Amino acid sequence: MNAHRPQLPPMRSADDDGNALTMSTISKSFVSEGRSVKALDEVELRVSAGRITGLVGPDGAGKTTLMRLAAGLLQADTGSIRVLGLDATRDPLMVQRSIGYMPQRFGLYEDLSVQENLDLYADLQGVPHAIRAQRYHDLTKMTGLEHFTRRLAGRLSGGMKQKLGLACTLVQPPQLLLLDEPTVGVDPVSRRELWVIINKLILQHGTSVLVSTAYLDEAENCHEVALLHNGHCLGQDTPARFTARVEGRTYSVSAAGLSKRALHDVLADTDDVVDAVVQGNHVRIVASKNEPPKNIDLPNSVDLSIVPVPARFEDGFVTLLRAHLRPEDPARHHLDFKIAATTPTRASADAVIQVRELSRRFGPFYAVKNISFAVQRGEVFGLLGANGAGKSTTFRMLCGLLPPSSGHLSVAGLDLRRAASAARARIGYMSQKFSLYGNLTVRDNLQFFSSIYGLSGASRSDRIKWSLEQFTLDSVKDNRSIDLPLGFKQRLALACALMHEPDILFLDEPTSGVDPLARREFWHRINHLAEAGVTILVTTHFMEEAEYCDRLAIMDAGEILALGTPDEIKVSAADHGGPISTLEDAFIALLDANAKVRSEQ
Amino acid sequence: MRLRGLVRKEFLQILRDPSSIAIAFLMPLLLLLLFGYGVSLDAKNVPIALVVEHPNADTASFTASFQQSRYFKPLFVSNMRQARSVLMSGRVHGIVRLAGDFSSKLRSRDGAAIQVIVNGVDANTARVVQGYVQSLWSLWLEQRATSAGHKLAIPVDVRQRVWFNSELRSRNYLVPGLLAVIMTLIGALLTAMVVAREWERGTMEALMVTPVAMREILLGKLIPYFVLGMGGMCLSVGMTLWLFDVPLRGSVLILFVAAALFLLAALGMGLLISILAKNQFVAGQAAIIVTFLPAFILSGFIFDIGSMPPFVQALTHVIAARYFVAILQTLFLAGNVWSVIIPNALALAAMAAFFLLLSRRMARKRLD
Repeated sequence: MNAHRPQLPPMRSADDDGNALTMSTISKSFVSEGRSVKALDEVELRVSAGRITGLVGPDGAGKTTLMRLAAGLLQADTGSIRVLGLDATRDPLMVQRSIGYMPQRFGLYEDLSVQENLDLYADLQGVPHAIRAQRYHDLTKMTGLEHFTRRLAGRLSGGMKQKLGLACTLVQPPQLLLLDEPTVGVDPVSRRELWVIINKLILQHGTSVLVSTAYLDEAENCHEVALLHNGHCLGQDTPARFTARVEGRTYSVSAAGLSKRALHDVLADTDDVVDAVVQGNHVRIVASKNEPPKNIDLPNSVDLSIVPVPARFEDGFVTLLRAHLRPEDPARHHLDFKIAATTPTRASADAVIQVRELSRRFGPFYAVKNISFAVQRGEVFGLLGANGAGKSTTFRMLCGLLPPSSGHLSVAGLDLRRAASAARARIGYMSQKFSLYGNLTVRDNLQFFSSIYGLSGASRSDRIKWSLEQFTLDSVKDNRSIDLPLGFKQRLALACALMHEPDILFLDEPTSGVDPLARREFWHRINHLAEAGVTILVTTHFMEEAEYCDRLAIMDAGEILALGTPDEIKVSAADHGGPISTLEDAFIALLDANAKVRSEQ
Repeated sequence: MRLRGLVRKEFLQILRDPSSIAIAFLMPLLLLLLFGYGVSLDAKNVPIALVVEHPNADTASFTASFQQSRYFKPLFVSNMRQARSVLMSGRVHGIVRLAGDFSSKLRSRDGAAIQVIVNGVDANTARVVQGYVQSLWSLWLEQRATSAGHKLAIPVDVRQRVWFNSELRSRNYLVPGLLAVIMTLIGALLTAMVVAREWERGTMEALMVTPVAMREILLGKLIPYFVLGMGGMCLSVGMTLWLFDVPLRGSVLILFVAAALFLLAALGMGLLISILAKNQFVAGQAAIIVTFLPAFILSGFIFDIGSMPPFVQALTHVIAARYFVAILQTLFLAGNVWSVIIPNALALAAMAAFFLLLSRRMARKRLD
């Protein structure tokens, strides 16, 4: 240890008012390509000592900027930041000595082993050698890494990497821990484990934690939550109080003889309904008052059942968001779409997508192992799994981009080995990264995608007009697509994928990172497409998104663990024991059971 | 403890990253082998067309001297038209023509002349061919006079002696100059890339929020790559001396001191680039354009600075490699010539100090 290190003043764990972090009227702008973008606008935030404060908001809300300001890595334009009684702007080095900060992409050295990463951060944090062995033992035990200390960090799974990042941050127990989206891209099992670790930390060391997340269900694990949207803080309160605002206004609605999609459509258009989402066979709604909505535009013959359900944090959040936004464009509720006249599939009763005993090997490793499923016309089918479960490999094979090692595969009645390009002409594809040309305008992108699908002349201009209208892109048609908000980019990407009026749509993690309102809007359109007869295959790791699917396949390690409707999957997971109330519970139960089976073999 | 942790981490990464090893050891090895064995600026066995319009004893005696020379590989053709066509097709680099009246003129008072046509596309080879033919011609005239029993009357007799590189092996000055290129590769290119990689992978952000100071982060890069660069230097000097038999006439100590100064300048440039360019692609391109190519072209390693246009000559003064190449070529071929070494070493020291201090000033522990 450096003997000449200056003597630190006695560190306080909190300000006089009991806060570990206080931000007042913080604004921060960035200049990008000549234009100033306001990332944070007069934000007020406090982190109470010894408590977990959640920072909740979609991508681009300003969460990372706020974290970096608190860590002294950025300087605010206006306002003051006090961290553990220090001024973060004037004493960034002092602040950095007493906090732990885990950036979104934590800086693990992937070519170093777990132990070597820990050693490095222990050196950097000045942890005395005498206490290191004990500290390492505690940390690796807590994170479940004790048997992997010699493994290279690059060889760990996504969840384990994240846990190692946390362990490195905690090598010197900090008084304030800043975690920037620690659970992004992490499977549900590891997500739960990370939260267990964070909670332990609070109990053992009284650490104050500020954690940002885009998952609304995680907000309920926090003592307090601050809602961030477009650089504004919409409020800070306990999750229970956010939820209480909509208590008594949430209902689960079902109608005999009416498809959940048709019911959702009607409910979303009803005046008294603030929010409506599909959940399994039901539609979950938030009413505008403390009573079930009236004036639902359904014939009297339909047998409607409206059951009150407990409110969730997400209900409160979405209601608050809607109150802050200007009234939305009514066009979002409608999507006119017709499938292009194509040669009909051999028999309409045939499944549109047929997968039998499909495998894909990379060397000795099976990325996909002997999976079978079929998707019917107009069905929304979900592939659900953690990173590395085999979703993307399956997707690439279905698109004809990757030849299978063995098994049978047909899309729209066409064998992909022989007629891949004929099959692709009937598939629309939208990837996670939206695959748009950022420096082209919205119209340029539409023109480009229509030309690569072989459209020209009147039909081409018709389709472009259709896209601009149906996806409410007309107001931004001359903007460069890179400058668009994420929700607009997503709409544009979907418009491009639908340019050639395909009857099959592949969606690869379509709503990663977009805000809950944009996600609802997106699924609304997808529902319309399914009603129009489009067959939709979607991969996702968002459990709430999976609820929109008619049927699901849950994948793990290249295999399908369960196949069926969301409700069937919850029931079958219940056989493995444990209370199952959400799809996430079901997912975790299935994965646990599978892990047990494998370890017994 | 913090610095030691950073240095150890850097060494572990170098050992495990095949691309670092490739740039630090494989590239120098390839460059040395290429320049040591492959590239030669000497002209040997130059193919040349000989046109003898009226063959006789005199012409045979002259052409015999071409055949015996190790510099030429003569190709006999019967007329100029043929000679032109082989020159056009690139099979020969020049034409030597002995006109029909060669013998008779030789005996006249004015003496005979030969016509020499050289392909000037490759200016370097052209000049070499020109010079060789000239000396061959005068040698032949002298021999002829001697055998006839009288001395040739030449007003000035030029006796050439080549100093420092008496065999005129281009390898002897190319290979020492190559050391500057190799060290630029390790010092600037590799360093710029590894720092940019830390930005790309997000490890820099994680380092910055630890109590580590910016000075320590920079030293943590400087020390390992200094050691690596000096290692590459030792390897290259060893190969130069023992594989390519290039003499080292100056002191080894001065060689290494100069190398250390140059390496610090190169590292300074590498760090500066990586502070300005935070992704590997841009950093790599910038390092190649700003450091590697100038070290190759503008350092006097291959092309003589004295024969560059004045504007380019002025430009070479900001190229650190220029000073190092001057020292290298002097140390290897001439010896400890202080009048060359001291000013060049001072220039290197100044550049090293400039770039390192500038990097230190520019590096901030902030992201905006």
